[in-house]
Amino acid sequence: MKLVDEFELGLDAPICITWELTYACNLACVHCLSSSGRRDPRELTTAEAKGVISQLQRMQVFYVNIGGGEPTVRRDFWELLDHAAEHGVGVKFSTNGSRIDAAAAARLAASDYVDVQVSIDGATAAVNDAVRGPGSFDTALGALERLAAAGFRKPKISVVVTRQNAGQLDDFKAIADRYGAQLRITRLRPSGRGADVWDEMHPTAEQQRSLYMWLLEHGDEVLTGDSFFHLSAYGEALPGLNLCGAGRVVCLIDPVGDVYACPFAIHDEFLAGNVREPRGFEGVWRDSELFTELRRPQSGGACESCGHYDACRGGCMAAKFFTGLPLDGPDPECALGHGEGLLAARGAEVAIPAPAVDHSRVKPSRLRNGTPERPPAKVCDENPLADFLTAEG
Amino acid sequence: MSAETLLDGRWRLHPQVALRPERFGALAYHYGTRRLSFLKSRRLLDVVEGLGAAPDPAAACRAAGVSDAELASYGRALATLAETGMIVPAEGAAEEVAA
Ligand code: SF4
Ligand code: SF4
Repeated sequence: MKLVDEFELGLDAPICITWELTYACNLACVHCLSSSGRRDPRELTTAEAKGVISQLQRMQVFYVNIGGGEPTVRRDFWELLDHAAEHGVGVKFSTNGSRIDAAAAARLAASDYVDVQVSIDGATAAVNDAVRGPGSFDTALGALERLAAAGFRKPKISVVVTRQNAGQLDDFKAIADRYGAQLRITRLRPSGRGADVWDEMHPTAEQQRSLYMWLLEHGDEVLTGDSFFHLSAYGEALPGLNLCGAGRVVCLIDPVGDVYACPFAIHDEFLAGNVREPRGFEGVWRDSELFTELRRPQSGGACESCGHYDACRGGCMAAKFFTGLPLDGPDPECALGHGEGLLAARGAEVAIPAPAVDHSRVKPSRLRNGTPERPPAKVCDENPLADFLTAEG
Repeated sequence: MSAETLLDGRWRLHPQVALRPERFGALAYHYGTRRLSFLKSRRLLDVVEGLGAAPDPAAACRAAGVSDAELASYGRALATLAETGMIVPAEGAAEEVAA
């Protein structure tokens, strides 16, 4: 059996688990997938968070992608980071950089167990700040500078590819090279506040094709979290595992302990349980009805007759869900253009699902209306497996 | 056996690598390089776990029940793991053997 088929049946523990520590964020990015802003009073306590770490250790989860909100806003952030390291759970954390001062950078550089990902969404201040807020570009670069000065090895620069920055891929690469960082680019999904701006921010078909060509050329120098597997239909398959890992190798623990199939699928439909239940995270991962269902063979629907189905698999479940398209059909950004037709044909009777929770401080603003502030992109869009090798045997 | 592909001497798992058994084999994660690898069979997992106790990888393969016909493919898998630092030559192994 091929690995991807094995993965579709689910694993004993997730490979790519995102844990959003808080909904609090000092920015308010227009495309925030978790609609962050204000803290939620029901967020896990320090003791509960440590309990989750113990469970992750028992399940032999190698590392967890920590995000938010802005995770460093939590007062016990460093305590939890140390606790995870002591328990053999590595941490990759995503930040807007605002709290990475020289002391924080030194502390991070001293740990073998921590990886840092700084988010930017434009290779110039103008493009970035329109999405993430005034001054956020300089803030992020300042953090990268301090990390480099502290001797932190290879932080990641995380970019969500949009219509506005799709032409800047080479510039992003140059920025990464300048700071000794590794570029990570991922797909914009219509999740959280991202749903409100998706129409005007998702790359055009033409940009998607150029992105695909760029990935063919630079695929081994950048990380993608395999998030562009739907582009494989433009030609040869992109390297990595092509599958939607939701509930199979991927999941999300949100700040109040709710477990969702994927960080981009914060909706009741994809809610599997809560870590506060007696069965704990482990029980939710292994036995929840939702995850069991997701691990059954899925129907490709209209995509099954498509010659690219093997690599594309109909694309991203969350992207389809939050644009009101059927889950067993083409992705809204289907490389063959089938998504556009379906989007255009959506009748007024199709209700677009709203996210389950919204902690935005202000109602989501449109990109063109002034310059809203903005939050960190999520670390783990799906399986980060493109970045890994496979040992045969 | 395929001497070209099989590693010589005593090897062991890198101390910063953790193994997690799965239905299909195992996952191996290196905390230093942050690389994840897949061991695509339970037998390969047995081999890797047995490396430290065997005088060389070929012996670890035999102890895990790898047939002569399969030895070459296991050799390639081990070579890949060695290239990426998942397994490393066991330091001080020579002295241990001599003592
Ligand atoms: S981001 Fe989309 S493709 Fe990836 S795991 Fe989530 S739903 Fe699946
Ligand atoms: S029809 Fe479906 S499988 Fe084919 S390219 Fe489009 S989304 Fe992918």
